[in-house]
Amino acid sequence: MSFDDIKLLLTQKFGDDVITGEERTGMQPALLINPNHIVEVCLELRNNPKTYFDFLSCLTGVDYGEEAGRFGVVYHLSSIPYHLQLTLKISRENDRSEDNLPSFPSIVSVYRTADWHEREAYDLVGIFFEGHPDLRRILLPDDWEGYPLRKDYKAAEYYKGIKVD
Amino acid sequence: MNIRNSKYNNALIKYQQRINDAAVEDMVLNMGPQHPSTHGVLRLELITDGEIVKEVIPHIGYLHRCFEKHAESLTYQQTIPFTDRLDYLASMNNSHAWVMGVEKMLGIDKDIPKRIEYIRVLVCELNRIASHLIAIGTYGIDIGAFTPFLWCFRDREHIMGMLEWASGSRMLYNYIWVGGLFYDLPVGFEERCREFVDYFKPKMVELNQLLTDNQIFISRTANVGVLPMDVAINCGCSGPVLRGSGLKYDLRRIDNYSAYPELEFDIPVGKGLMGTVGDCWDRYKVRVDEIQESLKIVEQCLDRLQKELKRTPEFDPRAKLPRKLTPKVQDYYARCEGAKGELGFYFIHNNERSEIPFRSKVRGPSFNNLSVLPELGKGVMIADLIAIIGSLDFVLGEVDR
Repeated sequence: MSFDDIKLLLTQKFGDDVITGEERTGMQPALLINPNHIVEVCLELRNNPKTYFDFLSCLTGVDYGEEAGRFGVVYHLSSIPYHLQLTLKISRENDRSEDNLPSFPSIVSVYRTADWHEREAYDLVGIFFEGHPDLRRILLPDDWEGYPLRKDYKAAEYYKGIKVD
Repeated sequence: MNIRNSKYNNALIKYQQRINDAAVEDMVLNMGPQHPSTHGVLRLELITDGEIVKEVIPHIGYLHRCFEKHAESLTYQQTIPFTDRLDYLASMNNSHAWVMGVEKMLGIDKDIPKRIEYIRVLVCELNRIASHLIAIGTYGIDIGAFTPFLWCFRDREHIMGMLEWASGSRMLYNYIWVGGLFYDLPVGFEERCREFVDYFKPKMVELNQLLTDNQIFISRTANVGVLPMDVAINCGCSGPVLRGSGLKYDLRRIDNYSAYPELEFDIPVGKGLMGTVGDCWDRYKVRVDEIQESLKIVEQCLDRLQKELKRTPEFDPRAKLPRKLTPKVQDYYARCEGAKGELGFYFIHNNERSEIPFRSKVRGPSFNNLSVLPELGKGVMIADLIAIIGSLDFVLGEVDR
């Protein structure tokens, strides 16, 4: 199945408002998905006998920079039976305050791989995933302040009273 | 602990509550971070009922260096030494994956001379053997067999010596560069490598007699930690862990990258010979078989490198190095079969004139393979948990990045 077939399949199933656009600049085209529908889309792509995207290769949380003011998540799905690869992207405008994290639905119910990947995105980029069973920091300590992979992150001068050089 | 942002801390409070509740009736046991059989600084919080593990809660991050932050501030070429430090037991495979991704983005992946491709595959496969030898040796020592550990390290030492000869470093090579190699292979490398292959083949037979077919070893590993194929796929396992569950899935064949399409090798899968498909013994056996396949690949590479792709005085492994590593604006997810499984790098490049990625993310196979542990560890004996951890064969340098 080609990229366009997959796009057609999704629009036929869910209507036009699920796919908000596409990116064809690089070698791997990406579908931009409406963030509210990402779980249904993943479930459909996983279970549909024509696609069987059963393997979530990678999940990346992205901070698109201070001017853009957007946060996003990129999913790389791959289909083991058909040897296909697909990139899905969701993004949302959000401010950078610590009390209002950008929030997206969690896809742990579809791919259990996403569990630790989403925890990592929460930990390092500060993206909140609704419905995640155990969204704690994973690589950094629980009392760490800030999200290191955000573009405006400044390393703290002190960690627990110890000067960091 | 003073924690801010209480709105997003429900999971943390829930987790602390769970540990406190468990401490009343069950025992909370900390395994690691300084425990030899956790293969590095991994801490497992076990909720146990007597000898039975009710729940495993892994805590990782003790070795976190934020590779991705480094990669966002260094050029593509400068990041290669950092990729070596991800899975430090198979550094060549890491830099190969990174370099292939960058070359694809630059559009020069078709211009790489054949000799360079074959040298890359040769050193990657040697490194894969070294990595699997560690997996096998430390797995033996985890469950009480000391001799295989020493034998494996003895044989691995020969590989380390050869790669040191080629690159100047024993573990962290920085040998594969974008568009070429650091140096050509030293004169006499092929001969020495062939000697090693001839020396090593009978050693594998010995190792099989000592460990693989050892009844004590089989009793400890067969039917333990059975990972069904559907769970393995859903949890994102790859490499020997996924193949141990019986799925013939190897990116060297699926993606056909580098020189692999011209090489002949099989993909070993778990067959459940000693117990159930997907048990610890199967995962172990897949690694042993993969060593044999890697040896086949090494021999074929040596054949080519000594005949039609022979070293010539004019050959310069740095001839194709691009002056500037400035890819077009794009996203690219590069993946390849590392020693532990699917190793992926995701690049976002958003500035035509920059040599630095806007964002890069590592998809470490160990990270995903380890995330299946809470699933596998439910309801097993503590001693079996050690066997399960060893059979997953992760490297904490890559889990924590």
